[in-house]
Amino acid sequence: MSEQKMELTRIRKTLMREQRQINIRKFVRSRLSVVGLAIVLLIALLALFAPVISSAMNVDPYKATVRDRFQPPSAAHPFGTDNLGRDIFSRVLFGARISMIVGLSVGLVSALLGTALGLYATTNRYLDNILMRLCDGLKAIPNILLAIALMAVLGANMQNVIISLTIVAIPGVARLARSNALLIREQTYIEAMRCLGAGKHRILWRHIAPNILSPIIVQMTFSFASAIISEASLSFLGAGIPQPEPSWGGMLNEARSYLFKGWWMAVYPAVFTGVSVLGFNLFGDGLRDLMDPVSGK
Amino acid sequence: MGKYVIKRLAALIPTIFIVSVVVFLIVHLTPGDPAAMMLGEDATPADIAALHNRLGLDDPLIVQYVRWAGKCLTGDLGYSTAVAGQSVSGMIASHFLPTILLAVYSQLITVFLALPLGMIAARKRGSLTDSALSVFSMAGISLPSFMMGMGMVLLFAVSFRLMPATGYKNPFTDGIGPFFRYMTLPAVSLGFIHAAYMMRMTKASLLEVLSSDYIKMARAKGVKERKIVFKHAFRNSLLTVITVIGQGFISALAGAAVVERLFGIPGMGSLMVDSIDKRDYQVIQGITLMIAMLNVLINLLIDVIYGFADPRIRLK
Repeated sequence: MSEQKMELTRIRKTLMREQRQINIRKFVRSRLSVVGLAIVLLIALLALFAPVISSAMNVDPYKATVRDRFQPPSAAHPFGTDNLGRDIFSRVLFGARISMIVGLSVGLVSALLGTALGLYATTNRYLDNILMRLCDGLKAIPNILLAIALMAVLGANMQNVIISLTIVAIPGVARLARSNALLIREQTYIEAMRCLGAGKHRILWRHIAPNILSPIIVQMTFSFASAIISEASLSFLGAGIPQPEPSWGGMLNEARSYLFKGWWMAVYPAVFTGVSVLGFNLFGDGLRDLMDPVSGK
Repeated sequence: MGKYVIKRLAALIPTIFIVSVVVFLIVHLTPGDPAAMMLGEDATPADIAALHNRLGLDDPLIVQYVRWAGKCLTGDLGYSTAVAGQSVSGMIASHFLPTILLAVYSQLITVFLALPLGMIAARKRGSLTDSALSVFSMAGISLPSFMMGMGMVLLFAVSFRLMPATGYKNPFTDGIGPFFRYMTLPAVSLGFIHAAYMMRMTKASLLEVLSSDYIKMARAKGVKERKIVFKHAFRNSLLTVITVIGQGFISALAGAAVVERLFGIPGMGSLMVDSIDKRDYQVIQGITLMIAMLNVLINLLIDVIYGFADPRIRLK
């Protein structure tokens, strides 16, 4: 490598580092997004260490003790016990696992598949027409209704929850990827790559995809949040994660019949659902302001 | 204007076609045999074959689609596989009223809550009120409707005993008073998320209009601030608001399933959830198709209102 080239690389690295620092500073300055990030991390940690915390506190999310039914919150059961005498605290922790797994899988898979569909739609007019009309058709059915219909047909289990919610999320990502890719495609450097003889797939994935990544990532945090809500709603309707798995929505479904008898059965899973969705929304808003200075301040 | 409406109507045909294909495919691309799924595990091969015959499941997919779509056009959505002799259209019709009333009521609450708050937030931009309202709307967007509903049941029905926790009264046979007593909690919990969203949109569109040149002009002329906001700016931001109301109505119809289950309201949402347990695919397909079509029609209506309100759109 020549002296000159090394110098250039060095300067570019410094510039990038500087830019990153500015970005981090900007992100930290918007306090709400930091709060969002903190909430997200906290829930993720609780989900990750759910078995450790539960066994340290000597509680089990699945063990039903008839003697301990409807215990209000106490030292032994911080969030009380449910109608079967199961510990609600550990069930909420294990519920966080389910929400995180569903949210993460739906966010990642829909981002990947949606981006792929959006990118390839830009390469062929017929494919574009078919894919986008299909997206229109899917979007005409309201999200939660589409999810319920898919779950009814597929059957209630966790894998199917992830499949249905991914199908629900894909059209949005595909549209976003397509419209951004159409803009990038017209840039001079893409033309230059084409002149240099770069292949179709190479241009799509190596040169266009990295440049449409920021809106996709922002969209991913919002898909994550709405997947948590949708999973909870589906489980609440009995069409999501089946019993006795401790999902937040399923716990609320059980609490529905005992609102007069044990408020704690409803309050804790509800608060955790709301707070984690709020965390993802705040985090996503912060990311969007960071990556898209126009819609931010 | 007439030409514009006809053009929009014509554009509707491919959309309706695609939506119907998607709804049809949801049920028909199931892994495994739909007839076996509908009948459950203890069905005999003869039962399954009989259902195959009755639903025409042995024909090619395209033949099945054409037959189904043709029937749908005449209003025949098929027959329930769980309740013998019940037509899907009949079942939907008997569950339609509570859901529609709930959706309309919740949208009214949304509009009366969100429009004034959005206007206040836009007029007092950057103030403490504005920040408080932003936090409130962010929290509102993050609250799933069943959480909101449970919170309100705990508060108003369990603690204060002001309202009944569950049940439904028909306003035409039971009177309007009981109807409101039973439906207010469900309607608020259904409308709340959307109120938060509508408030944000009202604020954003009003701010956009307020920064335009003709508003500056009006200010320079010395028009009173109140008159600027209500007479000049609000009218122009109304188009966004109409769109948001349309979306809200649809999401209320779709989201009703959760609220209806929580409050024990015998509407379409409850019908759909019951049908999941009974594997009554015909009913699920029928409801999905109907709400998707309503969505398409409401979007058409919004387009027409747009064209009516803004001549630039219909001449384009």
